[in-house]
Amino acid sequence: MQQYTCPFCGLRDEREFFFAGEAGAARPDTTGPVSDAEWAEYVHMRRNALGRAREVWMHLTCGELFVMERDTLSARVLRCVALRAEPGSGEGAGSAEASGGEGAP
Amino acid sequence: MSGLRVAGYGLIDRSRTLRFRFDGRAFAGHPGDTIASALLAAGMRVVGRSFKYHRPRGLCGAWVEEPNALVDLHLDGTSYPNVSAATTELVEGMDLRAVNAWPSARFDLRRGFDLLHRFLGAGFYYKTFMWPGWSLYEPLIRRMAGMGRLRGDTPEGYLADQCHDRCDLLVIGAGAAGLAAARAAAEAGQDVVLVDDHPQPGGGLWAMGGQVEGRDVADWIGAEEAAIRAAGGRVLLRTTAFGVYDHGLVALAESRGAGPGRVLRLWRMRARRVVLATGALDRPITFAQNDLPGILPLWAAEEYLGRYGVLAGRELVVLSNHALAEASCARLEAAGARVTRLEAAGARLRAIGGRGARGVRALEHDGARHDCDALLVSGGLTPLVHLWRHAGGKLVWDAARDAYLPGKPPEGMLAAGAVNGTYDLEQALEEGRAAGAGSQVRKGQARTGGAARKDGFRPTPLIPDPAAGGRQWIDFQHDVTLKDIEIAARENFTSVEHLKRYTTLGMAADQGKSANMAGLAAMAALRGRPIPEIGTTTFRPPFVPVPLALFQGARGGRRLHPLKRLPLEAAHREAGAALGEYGGWLRPAWYGQGPAEEAIAAEALAARRAAGILDASPLGKIEVMGPGAEAFVNFVFYNDMASLAPGRLRYGFLLSEQGVVLDDAVVARLGPERFVISCSSGHVDGVARMLEIWRQDVHDPERVFIHDTTRNWPTLSVAGPRAREIVAALGLGVALGAEDLAHMRLRMGAFRGAPVRIARVSFTGDLGYELTTTRQAIGALWQAALAAGRGCGAVPLGLEALSLLRAEKGHVIVGKDTTGETMPHDLGFEGPRLRKKAAYVGDRGLRSEAANDPRRLQLVGLEVAPGEAPLEVGAHLLARRGADGGGGGSGGDAEAGGQEASQGFVTSSYRSPFLNRPIALALLEGGRARLGESVTVWHLGARRRARVSAPDFLDPEGKRLHA
Repeated sequence: MQQYTCPFCGLRDEREFFFAGEAGAARPDTTGPVSDAEWAEYVHMRRNALGRAREVWMHLTCGELFVMERDTLSARVLRCVALRAEPGSGEGAGSAEASGGEGAP
Repeated sequence: MSGLRVAGYGLIDRSRTLRFRFDGRAFAGHPGDTIASALLAAGMRVVGRSFKYHRPRGLCGAWVEEPNALVDLHLDGTSYPNVSAATTELVEGMDLRAVNAWPSARFDLRRGFDLLHRFLGAGFYYKTFMWPGWSLYEPLIRRMAGMGRLRGDTPEGYLADQCHDRCDLLVIGAGAAGLAAARAAAEAGQDVVLVDDHPQPGGGLWAMGGQVEGRDVADWIGAEEAAIRAAGGRVLLRTTAFGVYDHGLVALAESRGAGPGRVLRLWRMRARRVVLATGALDRPITFAQNDLPGILPLWAAEEYLGRYGVLAGRELVVLSNHALAEASCARLEAAGARVTRLEAAGARLRAIGGRGARGVRALEHDGARHDCDALLVSGGLTPLVHLWRHAGGKLVWDAARDAYLPGKPPEGMLAAGAVNGTYDLEQALEEGRAAGAGSQVRKGQARTGGAARKDGFRPTPLIPDPAAGGRQWIDFQHDVTLKDIEIAARENFTSVEHLKRYTTLGMAADQGKSANMAGLAAMAALRGRPIPEIGTTTFRPPFVPVPLALFQGARGGRRLHPLKRLPLEAAHREAGAALGEYGGWLRPAWYGQGPAEEAIAAEALAARRAAGILDASPLGKIEVMGPGAEAFVNFVFYNDMASLAPGRLRYGFLLSEQGVVLDDAVVARLGPERFVISCSSGHVDGVARMLEIWRQDVHDPERVFIHDTTRNWPTLSVAGPRAREIVAALGLGVALGAEDLAHMRLRMGAFRGAPVRIARVSFTGDLGYELTTTRQAIGALWQAALAAGRGCGAVPLGLEALSLLRAEKGHVIVGKDTTGETMPHDLGFEGPRLRKKAAYVGDRGLRSEAANDPRRLQLVGLEVAPGEAPLEVGAHLLARRGADGGGGGSGGDAEAGGQEASQGFVTSSYRSPFLNRPIALALLEGGRARLGESVTVWHLGARRRARVSAPDFLDPEGKRLHA
């Protein structure tokens, strides 16, 4: 079982966390035209990097989102920063994943 | 092997006798014995049958490496399959049966399989049972294969404890090196945990005997253990470190006793540092007939002597390729055995013995016959590097030691003692102490080989010789012979990972303990390459088989998935409710003792004629507050929620970005900056989490706040033509007239001082009110509503009747009447898609090509003749596709031409007591343009006809709703 550091609560076991998506999937402005390619990039395309990855996670017990940088090969956690502390915040949790995968029956 | 007890040896308590049975015969042993040692002491040569050929097998190990001695254990009325005889301590009254043998291991009726060995080589099953299909043969083969039997009294779901712990240093293995490491660290003030899978610390020292640092072995071990404990260290015995996982988690399985009294505990240990002192095992030697009962590893024989006082035989032949065997021979001789020592390297070898239960009688060594009653072999030593590899440590091939040794260490782990290839006691202690203190002494010297080591261990590598003839066994658990390796090599399964899977070499309990190295050596010999070029297979946890109950712990059944309970549960029980699980909540399914179908029909009918009173407490109540609430709710909903005025309600959908319906909900706007989202009861947790992610990700979390108040605010629903007078009788202080409180309007009232939210909303299609109040007030409100309803014929409503009533109205249950592709316009909600200007979740998905496919599955109703049975849920709707390929929208009864195909299915189906006929909801390709069409309904081969209708069977004009 891995352990992650919630920026608000500290080091906790992996089962307290929920994967909300890769970081950086910014939602296109859908009030105007959005091409199929652009939309597919946002909804479906994931880097799934071998090595350094930036992801958005939720610590379920406090409900806060944060950006975690980790090495998917060594499982080493490199950095955990509150989402709202990230500059510019257009961080994009890739919420498409979170809404696509959860909530449904 | 006519094993015998030797006085003065072993850790057993000879003053007490434990009786047990094996294959129907009575035996006796002593406390401290394992099942295997007691059988060996009693002279049992054959303890099991091999997996494939049903060859008689004796013990080939003294501990976790024993491949064949698996038994089904029956004790105190419960059964346990596949118990390892070598590692299970003897308990009075055990009734044991060898697995894979019938009627007993000695007289196995399937022993004839061995005669077929020429045909049963590697890949036999893959090559033979191809035609016409594996599924034909599988049941028979499965029945013949397999090991232990599950019986009716096999306990299920019994509990294992689970502990989480941490320490500065975890030492794995309490042999000489491990004890030294643990003591050094504990006395340096570290928080130390020392684990060992045996009942007592000491490791190989018990077998070696003699003295350690000038003290008798037992004294030295006792003193080390005492010193560790005195310094605050913990010693966990009968505890196996079976896996190293991510982020330094080491899993420990503690197991005490057997049968119903067994204590099982999983430790999830996080250690800053780990010292691996797991030792080494003897390597088997590959020669003809090397699986005869009575042939066992040299070290195993020494373990049986040292720990249990059992000598493997009186006339021993020791066959080895290294100098350490000399000391072993001396120790065995001292215990009273006659020992002939022979060199294995370069010799032509063949074991001689009967096919039956007597086992080995002699070893033919370069033509000379050496009689024996037990043949002890050691083809070198294999360090137990499993956990090192789990942790990601590298291995290096040490040619001088003829073994893979720990190389570059994983983070936080060091190796000490025999696992490091250090077989000299003094040096092992030195390594242990250094590792305990945190430094790897002799680091880098692992590669230099024997020069730096004092043990004189320089084995002559043994090269398996396929030309030598006879059946030469590599894997004793899976009946893999040298010939099988040859077949694999010939068929190009030369990579070790392919070799393993093709031949099953080293699988199951072995996991590279003994068979792996022999297999690698064989493949190396066949290909004429050195072993390091062959490589080694991946070591995966668990190191030993562990019961699944260990991982389950207490988290089984309801404890894993606790029910959510209603505040009114007691009242429902009093009212005779049959309770069932609905979306994680325990809710009334129906009320009353009679047949369920009658009760449900009666409730549904009463609800249509008078009113139904429903405990709707699990209905979602997710509050969204703050200056950004309006924009937020408008964004997460398909429907336009910005235009929703305070005091009003609106039905809407929550979508995924793909445009798929995740849930439906009624949104109430309590004020300019306050909304309540009533999503489906079973979806509240998921919806709340999804909203929270959208809140923090795309919105300003300082301007929007989300609070799930579902459990704080229980809800009653009163729906039916008489609902108004029932709610009026409650005296909530709110005018309820059709103009005062129209459909989809909201008012605040009070019930005996408690606040009540009165929402005029309906799931059943009748005039309905939802009353939401405090947990304190709900009991009285429920009783008052029932009392008020009694006079007009209203009844409490269960979930089954509710489900029927909403289907009459054509209201969907998301997840039941929708699929993972259903979009809101498939359900008839087209408006926002065409008109909503603001961005919302799923908007672009609804403009995709797939969303505009005319053949999308759409919600429709299905009608059959009143006298017929209801349609089957899940039944296919068949229609012929025209030449244009489109069934949807083609209209009419497309009987002529085209291929008949499934164009949808029935999602909900009931007999409506109110309409007095069957009704059904279905998803049908292009269905909304096909009203009136007749379709074939196909279910398990039976065909019926049904007519496509609008989904609302009850009240298309909304007269009942707006009453």
